[in-house]
Amino acid sequence: MTTIEPHRVRAGRGTELGLLAIALIIGIGAYALVGLGVEGEVPPDVVGYAAGLVGLALAMHVVLRWRAPYADPVILPLTVALNGVGLAMIYRLDLAYAAKPNHDHGFAGRQLAWTAISVALAAIVLILLRDHRTLRRYTYTAMVVGLALVALPLVPGIGQQINGARIWVRIGPIGMQPAEFAKIALAIFFAGYLVTHRDTLALAGTKVLGLQLPRARDLGPIIIVWAASLAVLVLERDLGTSLLLFGMFVAMLYLATERLSWVVIGLLLFVGGAAVAATAFSHVGARFEAWLHALDPDVYSRTPGGSGQLVQGLFGMAAGGLFGTGLGQGRPDTVPYAESDFIVASLGEELGLTGLMALLMISLVLAERGLRTAIGVRDGFGKLLAGGLAFVVAFQTFVVVGGVTRLIPLTGLTTPFLAYGGSSLLANWVIVALLLRISNDARRPAPVLSALTPAGGIPALDEPEGDDEPTERIRTVR
Amino acid sequence: MSELTITLLRLGYLALLWIFVLSAIAVLRRDLYGTRIVERRAARKRAAAPEASAPEAAPAPRQQRTQNLRLVVTEGPLTGTIVPLASSSVLIGRAPGCTLVLDDDYSSSRHARIFPQGGAWFVEDLGSTNGTFVGDQRVEAPTQLATGTPVRVGQSVIELQR
Repeated sequence: MTTIEPHRVRAGRGTELGLLAIALIIGIGAYALVGLGVEGEVPPDVVGYAAGLVGLALAMHVVLRWRAPYADPVILPLTVALNGVGLAMIYRLDLAYAAKPNHDHGFAGRQLAWTAISVALAAIVLILLRDHRTLRRYTYTAMVVGLALVALPLVPGIGQQINGARIWVRIGPIGMQPAEFAKIALAIFFAGYLVTHRDTLALAGTKVLGLQLPRARDLGPIIIVWAASLAVLVLERDLGTSLLLFGMFVAMLYLATERLSWVVIGLLLFVGGAAVAATAFSHVGARFEAWLHALDPDVYSRTPGGSGQLVQGLFGMAAGGLFGTGLGQGRPDTVPYAESDFIVASLGEELGLTGLMALLMISLVLAERGLRTAIGVRDGFGKLLAGGLAFVVAFQTFVVVGGVTRLIPLTGLTTPFLAYGGSSLLANWVIVALLLRISNDARRPAPVLSALTPAGGIPALDEPEGDDEPTERIRTVR
Repeated sequence: MSELTITLLRLGYLALLWIFVLSAIAVLRRDLYGTRIVERRAARKRAAAPEASAPEAAPAPRQQRTQNLRLVVTEGPLTGTIVPLASSSVLIGRAPGCTLVLDDDYSSSRHARIFPQGGAWFVEDLGSTNGTFVGDQRVEAPTQLATGTPVRVGQSVIELQR
């Protein structure tokens, strides 16, 4: 582990406001450019749209000033920028869909509503959750909730199978992907579990070839999570979620123990599981086939499970080239699911490599802020939670972008903040709220330790004991 | 609208995206430059190295003046932690109320006390399960501490340093 000696802390709320202004110009500018590109004029409701976005962003900013004044100044603007660009792209696709006969449209309005709900939920999380360490009390509750959410789509009646994957829950008019929320609950569980068990996981065991191997009986949790993610793969036919949950657990194990052996064991287990799945299940096999032989004519035109969508996305990005066709001037709507799974291809076509790289950089900096928060925060639970949440956002982006660009097999995950999807947007805004909350703790000026030295050897218990008490009080290192 | 304006707007938008990315990174510059990052392992090695190179301070301070004295954790999960010593005693253990809270499964909740008396510092075991050791000797009664002597509490080793 590494200790970082902090600078004089600047709260950074002013910086945040400045960056937020640029982020809002990006979101609103994209909306105006879409109107210009598609219809040749700035959309008439751009003022109302701008007012809405500015209102949401400022509301969040005010909540931060009020409840988390030391929170990281970069996280919120990055999120607002990604969300704004995603909204504009969805609006652009919606215009194209509306022009087509018999095509489902109206995504943009729904996404805008989900954005408002998500920002409100993030604000509520920040207001109600005063200290992230409270979450540690609910370690095992979070496990039960997480596993229940993952299993929810299997419940007959409310679970729905859409496009071969059984990951949807529909109650009345509202459809949800509960796995998106499961990742938050499981991150809380993993953080709480690992912070108490990391010593056994890290220290016990023999050394083989420079790798500290864990004892067989300590392998229990990783085997259970591996089995659970395989069960998701088999029963719900959802490669993406299974990959995401397993990856998150391995990453958090590595964060907690600093043992490379866990990464090696995790990769071996995953490669083994994936190899078995690819041969045993036709839908996984088809994904591999479409990945490896995407440009074969018979694989391309096979339905379902062909590589047509993937290759059309690649053609779209190729058409975009370095600088893109310009917003509203490409044909991203020809790719199926261009607004959700393939939003990256749509953005790549209209903004080009330059724009897509900028968006990936924004995601990267977002993940970096999460990991930086994990280094800075002083309690082990917060470190693991922030690290795990940051990793899961980055990993999800990698899995989606890797799939769309044919680096890895395509899986059905949504791009955080960019893609259409209420559950994904809600869950990722909650993750951002949690990261902001933890970063507030990380960047707050450290309590001075010498002031805690009690007189006469009797500890001054002016603070209540319990879970809210830090278990580690580290000041600085020479 | 003319083709040229559209092209300019298109490229201008890409430039704006990168301006945003770069200004976000500029805000983070403080994290990259000028921060002192100390690897705990490196700190451990350095702490384990003999302190001979450090010039010994003149051992004639007034009785209450024990400034610059500090406790340094040299082994265990909290390696590198420093507790500056004032004129009051320091309680070591797992209980959150202790001055030095050890995240160590082998230490008791109130494990040991380090306290000043007559210008010297003493260590006293508070009836811990695994004991407190000065060198190889288990602490039965309050024992005087010389600077640089390792005191083992559970898995952690603490040293008095000047």
